[in-house]
Amino acid sequence: MHSARTSPRSSKGRSIAAHAILLTYTLIALFPVFVIVINSFKSRKAIFAEPLMPPMPGNWDMVGYTTVLQQGDFFQYFLNSMTVTCASLFFVLLFGAMAAFALSEYRFRGNLLMGLYLALGIMIPIRLGTVAILEMMVAGGLVNTLTALILVYTAQGLPLAVFILSEFMRSVSDDLKNAGRIDGLSEYRIFFTLVLPLVRPAMATVAVFTMIPIWNDLWFPLILAPSEETKTITLGSQVFIGQFVTNWNAVLAALSLAIVPVLVLYLIFSRQLIRGITAGAVK
Amino acid sequence: MASGKAVRWHIGVFLAPAVLVYTAIMIIPLFGTLNLSLFGKGEGGPVFVGLANFATLFGDPRWSEAFWNALGNNLWFFVIHMLVQNPIGILLAALLSSPHLRMAAFYRTAIFIPTILSFVIVGFVWKLILSPIWGIAPGMLDAVGLKALFAPWLGKAEYALTALALVSVWQFVGIPMMLIYAALLSIPDDVIEAAEMDGLGAWAQFWKIKLPLILPSIGIISILTFVGNFNAFDLIYVAQGALAGPDFATDILGTFLYRTFFGFQLQLGDPHMGAAIASAMFGIILLGVCIYLFAIQTRLRRYQF
Repeated sequence: MHSARTSPRSSKGRSIAAHAILLTYTLIALFPVFVIVINSFKSRKAIFAEPLMPPMPGNWDMVGYTTVLQQGDFFQYFLNSMTVTCASLFFVLLFGAMAAFALSEYRFRGNLLMGLYLALGIMIPIRLGTVAILEMMVAGGLVNTLTALILVYTAQGLPLAVFILSEFMRSVSDDLKNAGRIDGLSEYRIFFTLVLPLVRPAMATVAVFTMIPIWNDLWFPLILAPSEETKTITLGSQVFIGQFVTNWNAVLAALSLAIVPVLVLYLIFSRQLIRGITAGAVK
Repeated sequence: MASGKAVRWHIGVFLAPAVLVYTAIMIIPLFGTLNLSLFGKGEGGPVFVGLANFATLFGDPRWSEAFWNALGNNLWFFVIHMLVQNPIGILLAALLSSPHLRMAAFYRTAIFIPTILSFVIVGFVWKLILSPIWGIAPGMLDAVGLKALFAPWLGKAEYALTALALVSVWQFVGIPMMLIYAALLSIPDDVIEAAEMDGLGAWAQFWKIKLPLILPSIGIISILTFVGNFNAFDLIYVAQGALAGPDFATDILGTFLYRTFFGFQLQLGDPHMGAAIASAMFGIILLGVCIYLFAIQTRLRRYQF
């Protein structure tokens, strides 16, 4: 092992082993998704007889997709999920970064206490307060609005965002900020023009971790916004599974359609995330 | 460091939006719930009963049995995540961070994909795969001559919880992988080069240099896993329903809370007992987090580069 560095053959062997493990795990990770997607294009008989066979002319059937597109208002659900996720993400990132900056940059009385107070939310599931939240939304007339969901998800995402971002902001060099101050920049300009661009990698990380639970949440859409106009795609597909439990074509098509948008969102953000992580490491 | 003597309004401006939203939507309702646990159903409305709900929860065998069952199951759920999810996550991250690895971006992206799927999808697909009727698992085991190993795992009380915990591991392994990967990448090249100069091989480098440096990240992952597991609800709910069958074998605190809070079948929902369970969960999580903060995190040195 000690000569591994110098022996090209052993290094090649290790690289093959690494690829073998990673490839195996990739297959395990993707297999279930693959099963859903291929079967959604097949006839009912083919789904049951040969679940692992890819779709081909003999077993091709789009009946699942036509059922879904006729039955459910999937486009509306999709728009609702998009609106809720993007708006919540925007507020979590903006408010979270601002608070993180205040906590990591300035010494003031109650700084540590405020940090602990905000970090408390990482461990408290916001669901424990559901009944009180519902009462509040009823009182405020926000039941069955997307605003209610955006408010809840913003509160839910903030603690982790503040925690991660303030860790990263501590590593931003003081010289840079002080140079900005000497140039007469206001604290706000320093935050928006100097610090924010530097913590973009951390913002991407926070974005991915914030976005996923919001997009996938079933609980709050069910309780706060179950109406037809405000249903999110996760709630929509859950209801759909309930209604069409024996119509496998339709259920598999609905699940495939529910996977696509979050996959696209993730792929967009993950490029930024990966660029960010690598940039952070090179620094 | 802005150390002006004037009132620094900008600190308030930076903090206000986050603190206001967080306090109004999260903290106040939480205390509302804790408060609710001290009340019971009375003739004309809620009456203050003190700790009577907790006495029922821990003292009345009908309640305490269900509670300890759920807590024990939840602990097992957590143990599996710690023993399976986090080591696999670290292994994958270590492999991904090896220099000159081709297709690293592809692997990383692909392995994270289960994490972005909703519980609705995950629960449904694994039920399909493991189903003894339509299931793909029996067929695949048959193909390699191991059909005898197959059992309807989700339907048997002795396997169901472990099977679901492993499904959850499958779903969330991307999170420790990403965090550790980021931590490994942030180790400066000179440290690694110095280790190479000293003749340390890749294996020794990992154990002697990299692992100690990523320990703080492992600590964070452990506490995130703990909190996540003790709040878990959705996967069990979509796979086994609110009754967490078979015979409550997969009942964890989240599903127990849900049944109590909202009722199921013939039993009516009881917000006060539900609030008592929510408060107990709060206490358990608080305990875990305190152990982490005071016993573990303070001992992990921080490395500044």
